[in-house]
Amino acid sequence: MQRRIIKDKLFEIIIIILAMVSTLPLILILFQIVKKGIASINWSFFVNLPQPPGETGGGVSNAILGTFILIVIAGVFSILLGVLGGTFISEYKDKKISELIRLCVNIFQGIPSIVIGIIVYIWIVMPLHRFSALSGGIALGIMMLPLIVKSTEETLRLIPSSLKEASLALGASYTTTMLRVILPAGINGILSGILISVSRVAGETAPLLFTAFGNPFMNFNIFKPVDSLPLLIFNYSMSPYPEWHSIAWGASFVLISFIIILNILTKMVSRKWKTVF
Amino acid sequence: MLFGAGILLLLLLTGIFFTLLIGSIPAIKASGIKFLSGTSWNPVTGVYGAVPFVIGTLLTSFLALFISLPFSFSISLFLGEYFKKGALAEFLNYATDILASIPSVIYGFWGLLFLVPIVRKFELSFHILPYGVGIFTASLILAVMIIPYTSYLAKEVILLVPQDIKEAAYSLGATRSEVIRKVIVPYSRSGIFAGILLSLGRALGETMAVTMVIGNSNLIPGSIFSPGNTMASVIANEFTEATNDVHLSALIELGLLLFIITGIINFIGNIIIKKLSIKG
Repeated sequence: MQRRIIKDKLFEIIIIILAMVSTLPLILILFQIVKKGIASINWSFFVNLPQPPGETGGGVSNAILGTFILIVIAGVFSILLGVLGGTFISEYKDKKISELIRLCVNIFQGIPSIVIGIIVYIWIVMPLHRFSALSGGIALGIMMLPLIVKSTEETLRLIPSSLKEASLALGASYTTTMLRVILPAGINGILSGILISVSRVAGETAPLLFTAFGNPFMNFNIFKPVDSLPLLIFNYSMSPYPEWHSIAWGASFVLISFIIILNILTKMVSRKWKTVF
Repeated sequence: MLFGAGILLLLLLTGIFFTLLIGSIPAIKASGIKFLSGTSWNPVTGVYGAVPFVIGTLLTSFLALFISLPFSFSISLFLGEYFKKGALAEFLNYATDILASIPSVIYGFWGLLFLVPIVRKFELSFHILPYGVGIFTASLILAVMIIPYTSYLAKEVILLVPQDIKEAAYSLGATRSEVIRKVIVPYSRSGIFAGILLSLGRALGETMAVTMVIGNSNLIPGSIFSPGNTMASVIANEFTEATNDVHLSALIELGLLLFIITGIINFIGNIIIKKLSIKG
């Protein structure tokens, strides 16, 4: 009897210790990024271009702009298609084809990001004969799609059908009902799905390696290569120069802050604009 | 319009598959079945055998799974059974959330500057060639990265275990650890398995963090401490430097292989989740 109780206590203690130990890497990573990142961040970090190795200072303005451009292109590519696709499978939930699309979207989500990079290289980079911001943005957009489809579907599924029936009974057309009643009612879920998907792809590197490619100069042209924060972190951290490492720490800090802010924003949006039925 | 969007999604996925397939044709013509059985990968002499990378991929992924399981299982029991509410649970929830949203390139960077020196010291003290980088280091990073995924799904299924069968076990005099082992784990076995499968899919396809710490050697790894390459990391390394069409096509064929393997694993995982009807 006594032994069983001791065993039980021991089990509980091991569970608690192991669970707490698993947060250790997170604390270490965040601690080092904050400590080394803040040290290399100042005003010129945000407005200057990278310097050649050996020279101190220099910034990542090109990568910040590039990340922004890539996310905008990704959004243009994926938001409309994703929301429409999600609406489709929630509207026709019992049809065979919705079942098939849902399965596809789930498999889609599991495609390794490097494979998306290959695909976009074949689809866009090869025909255009150059690396470009456009191809990088589309690669990120493809990665955002499944997340947007799923969050849209899950949100719309929770909206009671009486809402739709009431609108239709008042004589509104199907399109009006969808655009004016159903989508606004689910706007919090759809919007937070979009935000979450942006925060997921903002840190993606693999699909950009052979699409956006990276560029040490400022570039506004979407048909030319651009840099992005994750690409810059990758290239700088693999270099042997300590000055470049400190730039990479700074860039990591900016990237992580951006992602965490997006996550908090997502939680706020889904809470604040929640429609109660 | 809605219908069009749905069809477009279907076309996109089938398009991805066929693009990979067509892109691999030159390599399939050149190497044939040797691609899957060849143990040497040498773009200079035009020999493309994927075995070193398949071994590297399986070794890192399963080692990572093995390392992460005790931790993710503990987190899921902690959040699903012992402390469902409270400050500590809140903290752990946030921690796993953030852990899941850290970009893999930052994991790689941290691994390179922090984990690699530690592993190197460890290898020195055991008289192993002190590369620092290698299969083992990559597995450690991967383990940290997949903990949130396994623990999240396992927590969800553990929460689904009906209260009455747990209470029935308690009323028979079982201790909590006995309830966990004899009631909760058997009841949620398939859900936990699905969680493990989905994390495995993620580990197999993970690119950046692995590329940065695995050492990038195209030889079959001699031990878990030797440098190696995974399918994803060799694509990342060689794709932009591919010298001829067959080389490029061989890399695309690796991508196709990766796509098929992760596709099957995700398919099975999703079917199990759908049967359990939990939100994945």
